[in-house]
Amino acid sequence: MDLEVIVANLPLYVQGLWVTVQLVALALVAGLLLAVPLAILAASPNPAVQFLPKAYIYVMRGTPLLVQMYVIYFGLAQFDSVRESFLWPVLKEAYWCALLSFSLNTAGYTAEILRGAIQQTPFGEVEAGRACGMSRSVIYRRIILPSAFRRALPAYGNEVIFMLHGSAVAGVITIIDLFGAARIVNSRHFVPFDAFITAGLFYLALTFLIVGVFKVWEKRWFAHLNPREH
Amino acid sequence: MHEFLTSVFDGVLDGYFYPFILEGMLLTVQVALLSLLLALVLGLVTAVAKLSASRAARTVANVYTTVIRGIPDIVLMFIIFFGGQVMVNDFGVWLLDLSEAHDWPVKLGWEYIEISAFTAGVFTIGFIFGAYMGETFRGGIMAVPRGEIEAGHAFGMSRAQVFFRITFPASVRHALPGFGNNWLVLAKTTALVSVIGLEDMVYRAASAGGAVRKPFTFYLAVAVLYLVITAVSDVGIRWLNRRYSVGVRNA
Repeated sequence: MDLEVIVANLPLYVQGLWVTVQLVALALVAGLLLAVPLAILAASPNPAVQFLPKAYIYVMRGTPLLVQMYVIYFGLAQFDSVRESFLWPVLKEAYWCALLSFSLNTAGYTAEILRGAIQQTPFGEVEAGRACGMSRSVIYRRIILPSAFRRALPAYGNEVIFMLHGSAVAGVITIIDLFGAARIVNSRHFVPFDAFITAGLFYLALTFLIVGVFKVWEKRWFAHLNPREH
Repeated sequence: MHEFLTSVFDGVLDGYFYPFILEGMLLTVQVALLSLLLALVLGLVTAVAKLSASRAARTVANVYTTVIRGIPDIVLMFIIFFGGQVMVNDFGVWLLDLSEAHDWPVKLGWEYIEISAFTAGVFTIGFIFGAYMGETFRGGIMAVPRGEIEAGHAFGMSRAQVFFRITFPASVRHALPGFGNNWLVLAKTTALVSVIGLEDMVYRAASAGGAVRKPFTFYLAVAVLYLVITAVSDVGIRWLNRRYSVGVRNA
């Protein structure tokens, strides 16, 4: 390992780390906000209501994130209407294109996780809500969604890790995230092993951090399932 | 709507789409299948190592699966493609110097070997998904009832015989859902080989889309082709599932 080069470029890596964390966090928040209504619609017993959200989920899960990002970043410029619209200053920036495609992508995966969790709600819980005179929206807000979020937590933890790893493709379209930083270090000093392994270690650390956080959350949210302490 | 569609598809797809993009799809499928083969072998070895009595084997397997699953595939691909290149050549030169310095009768080593993007792509993806397959197979093997394995031993089968005749075939059914998921993720991961210069369908969509100034059209076409791969795989996985669940009663 050429430690001197790596140490000299640590500020670049830290800057990249910050961009990665930012991209992933914003995409996860936007994705989750989009995923909740999608999941509720996809879990509906009515096939006509299910159709569009399910098709969206299928397309997002069935195509590579890299291609989705290319469609938005390189593809949208094909249309004059997009280039002339007020959104163009945003859509021509690699950063916003990456954020948009990540959000849409994680919304698809998260919606599928939530849909499964919503459909697994024990019927007795819903029935109890009805017996108390709750309306459908109140049942969703107070019963179905909280218990579905809890059930979805382990699978959602995996999705967060997938999003973190998927976000590395941002480095391909000129964004200086962790992977982009490693590419710069490699092209300046030609130390491929050292440059990419350093980025890999940062990602590994982030992964462990996410796993740790979700363990704590699971412990808290599943506290009622723990064996009783006497 | 009609005008919009003509502006998107107007004449560009013929000639470019077939054969140019479809040939790229053939390469995508080749990379996917070859890396699947490697991943299956590595996964099986990993699963056996993880369940073995040897502490060293367990540690190596655990480090492998933890590290691989903690680093993005594109980063691993660059480590192996660029780093592997440097390592192979440093080793070759070192060997060459050594054999010249000691006047070995046979000259070993090499000046420069280029690892092709195809080899690097297949090895990286195979190596990555070997870790995921290892976890899946481990779960499958653990789901085989202990009594079946004991029955094998009672018949006087050797440990290898028990594994290949009982444990492995019986574990397939339990490992299939995880295997199916891994395969679908693997197929999509092949898109990354375009970044290291392999002319798969994503790479070709970039050049064709650039040439006729219709990037959206070509990336969309590639997205649809990925959906075709996913849909065909779904049918295949369901067929396998039926085959390996013969004799299992479902509620």
